[in-house]
Amino acid sequence: MDENRLDGNAAAGVLAEIFNFEITTARVACVRCGAAGEIGSQMAYVSEIGTVVRCATCDNALIRVARQDDGPQRYWLDLKGIEYLQFE
Amino acid sequence: MATRGASSATGVTEMASVPRKLAWRIGEVVETSPDTARTKSLLLQIPGWEGHRAGQHVDVRLTAEDGYQAQRSYSIASAPEDSRVELLVERLDDGEVSPYLTDELRAGDGLELRGPIGGWFAWEAREGGPLLLVAGGSGIAPLMAMIRHRQAAGNDTPIRLLFSSRSYEEVIFREELERLAAEDETLQITHTLTRSAPPGWKGYDRRIDEEMLEEVAFSPRERPLAFVCGPTPLVEAVATTLVGLGHEPARVKTERFGPTGG
Repeated sequence: MDENRLDGNAAAGVLAEIFNFEITTARVACVRCGAAGEIGSQMAYVSEIGTVVRCATCDNALIRVARQDDGPQRYWLDLKGIEYLQFE
Repeated sequence: MATRGASSATGVTEMASVPRKLAWRIGEVVETSPDTARTKSLLLQIPGWEGHRAGQHVDVRLTAEDGYQAQRSYSIASAPEDSRVELLVERLDDGEVSPYLTDELRAGDGLELRGPIGGWFAWEAREGGPLLLVAGGSGIAPLMAMIRHRQAAGNDTPIRLLFSSRSYEEVIFREELERLAAEDETLQITHTLTRSAPPGWKGYDRRIDEEMLEEVAFSPRERPLAFVCGPTPLVEAVATTLVGLGHEPARVKTERFGPTGG
């Protein structure tokens, strides 16, 4: 068991810096396996260098986000693991 | 200088018209209250706090004199109806953040935080239930917010709480839970003590397992909404077992605290 695995909810803080809607209840579909579900029900890996949200079904990286805090704040956001994002 | 002041005021107005991004702000510690030997409640007054939903968390950020920052998430334990925001902090000896929060922080101090965060692991009384809550140790925090919210809202959604603690002395919020359950038969609380139990203890004294969940939980036919929070191994074991017993995966919500937290 990987104890660094957290729930999608754990990525909510950094994602709320980027998205101005409630991201944890938004639904995503995985581009690799097609499984769809709320961000909060996916897996999140949070570390100093960034946050990765992975598909709870196939472990594909859905969202990768890194933030640079030295100098002007800058984000890298990789969404290519997502087929679509559905939100209110 | 007058011109610069005017232009900055205009900037503020424009900022207010765009959707608010999650901003850091300073909450004031109004009270700290030891709960068990290893946990403490911080009661905060947060200017402009727009309220939260039971189950949500905040991010807390500490900044050292040299600029080094450490950030952790803490679940809100207070009900949305309470004007003060309560954070439950478990002291981890090798943590970067929690020893400061439990040992150094005093009433009157400021604490940098942002929130409320996370609408997924959240419950509002009008959503109904029944509600199955399973907690390990300080994982009780967001579930306590749900229990307090239901009480404050005068709601009668049946709740069953299964709470795993190491010992009787380490049962967080023990007295308040006993009091709430004594005056409300729709709130049923079951403890299990995994390391030591007091003499004459008649309750469970082992880790949560399938047999215990079958005895304590609502049946899958009643379609309970389950919230499971605590250390990662407990959360994963409980969620897997509940689904194995026939509970709908989409109605089992989890909040893993991870290996340490800090």
